[in-house]
Amino acid sequence: MTAVSASVRPGRLKEFWRYFSENHGAVAGLVLFVALVIVALAAPVFAPFNPDQQFRDALLMPPLTEGSEGLFLLGTDALGRDMLSRLIFGARFSLFIGVVVVSVSLIGGVIIGMFAGFFRGWVDTVIMRIMDIILAFPSLLLALTLVAVLGPGLTNAMIAIAIVAQPHYVRLTRAAVFSERNRDYVTAARVSGAGPFWLMFVTILPNCMAPLIVQAALSFSGAILDAAALGFLGMGAQPPTPEWGTMLAEAREFITRAWWVVTFPGLAILITVLAINLMGDGLRDALDPKLKRS
Amino acid sequence: MFGFILRRLSLLIPTFIGVSLVAFFFIRMLPGDPVLLLAGERGISPERYAELMHRFGFDLPLWQQFIYYFTDLLHGDFGTSISTKKPIFTEFFTLFPATLELSICAVIFAVALGVPAGVIAAVKRNSWFDHSAMATALVGYSMPIFWWALLLIIVFSGMLGWTPVSGRISLMFFFPKVTGFMLIDSFLSGKAGAFQSAASHLILPTIVLGTIPLAVIARQTRSAMLEVLGEDYIRTAKAKGLSPFRVVAVHALRNALIPVITTIGLQVGTLMAGAILTETIFSWPGIGKWMVDSIFRRDYPAVQGGLVLIALIVMAVNLVVDMLYGLVNPKIRHQR
Repeated sequence: MTAVSASVRPGRLKEFWRYFSENHGAVAGLVLFVALVIVALAAPVFAPFNPDQQFRDALLMPPLTEGSEGLFLLGTDALGRDMLSRLIFGARFSLFIGVVVVSVSLIGGVIIGMFAGFFRGWVDTVIMRIMDIILAFPSLLLALTLVAVLGPGLTNAMIAIAIVAQPHYVRLTRAAVFSERNRDYVTAARVSGAGPFWLMFVTILPNCMAPLIVQAALSFSGAILDAAALGFLGMGAQPPTPEWGTMLAEAREFITRAWWVVTFPGLAILITVLAINLMGDGLRDALDPKLKRS
Repeated sequence: MFGFILRRLSLLIPTFIGVSLVAFFFIRMLPGDPVLLLAGERGISPERYAELMHRFGFDLPLWQQFIYYFTDLLHGDFGTSISTKKPIFTEFFTLFPATLELSICAVIFAVALGVPAGVIAAVKRNSWFDHSAMATALVGYSMPIFWWALLLIIVFSGMLGWTPVSGRISLMFFFPKVTGFMLIDSFLSGKAGAFQSAASHLILPTIVLGTIPLAVIARQTRSAMLEVLGEDYIRTAKAKGLSPFRVVAVHALRNALIPVITTIGLQVGTLMAGAILTETIFSWPGIGKWMVDSIFRRDYPAVQGGLVLIALIVMAVNLVVDMLYGLVNPKIRHQR
């Protein structure tokens, strides 16, 4: 976002906002997302309890139970920890995963794709064949095996998901560079003496941002889902981390006895992913001129 | 067309070599000695260790090991599972029909609901149906399916008791395996209630696995239909006085389905990823669950072989989709 806002003329930013705000869902998604970010950043302020504190006298209490320590708004889990507090702290993990995965795969993918598109020839062939190899594996399966090799844990899960998400950026950047590199403004910059790196990252890159931003929104939500799935399979964040997928995995055995321990973490994942996807749809409509007013 | 197929096939060869390289180095990247890993906690004598190192070829240089591994792959030898001692190829294709049956049902479910929903949403654009269908599709698209599975189990298995929680068929039924597809086999067995049991076991996994494809297909059908409905030939068809139903169902839908079919083909990877989660939750004895179990059992040859086989299947399906697309769209066929 920031890279674009900086390079875009104010008129275009205004135009972008006009298209974006036409889509009510996108605005709702944005509001929800901003709220989530605030909750995650100020988690200790919003959470009524410490997320790891176990209330031994209040195991698996249903929502709205008044415990000796205070109100458990969304109930407690099998170890007597407050669900609401754990969910609030969990937002930190999910958003953090999304930010890290998107930044790593975006930066890596853009650099690799830029090289492929700019130098063409064998560089392009080698890079694209490697991306084909990554894409031949179902993403979750590749991430799962990578984590099995690297060892379970949140960091390794993020590395694995970033590797799996990367080829999409490479392909998009390469395609955009192919269509831009022979335009007059690039030739003009080259003639006036710009080096290859200047041409790649200063001249061409700002004009390829639209599809990359849309893809970033899509893979942000994808990263959250994949990390939660890895956590659910026991290969992501490890207990007692209040990561939503891991919480679901811990809750599985209480599925028939305590609906709230299963329902709320999943609902939190769904709402977060939905908010980001709503925003992504709005970004696509606003940024992709081909789909405008379709 | 022939040249197009050849070109696509030639692209697959380096990808296949790469895929087997990834699977090969995956085992080598693991911390620890592979033979000690095989020996487990019992330990192993130095002579036996040297013998095993030699037998598995671990004393050879890496590139030579890879060439042996790759030659074995080309001969259909994908290694032997540590936990079952059976060839991985046999094990994989014994379990594959279960995943295939579930995936086919999920795709049928997704197409049967998604295409009509997308068409109606496009024809009645901006109606309440359009808005609610697209909102539902977005929710489906954002769904963590492992949670969705748990919710469905709580409601339909726990509270209502309508559907079983796990497996492919009730343990009461025994019949010979003919096709590997439980629905067909149970029907052929002629045993009363067997088919119903198999079908009821399929319902929840099908819904769970089909949810994301359903959402994708509904959205894709709608936007493809919107594009086609604005074309001149649709106006011509309307002007000819054809019934609105005929215009939509025959003239528009036939053209709109081309991108939709591609989308369905490209969902294979998503389906495989979904199968991993769905099969694990419903204890569905397919390759998704087998892969997860192999990872947890540290059965690395099985993981390695499974990776290659699954990648081969994904590549094959993508090739078929490409060819179908080239068949209906000459523009793609002649592209370099």
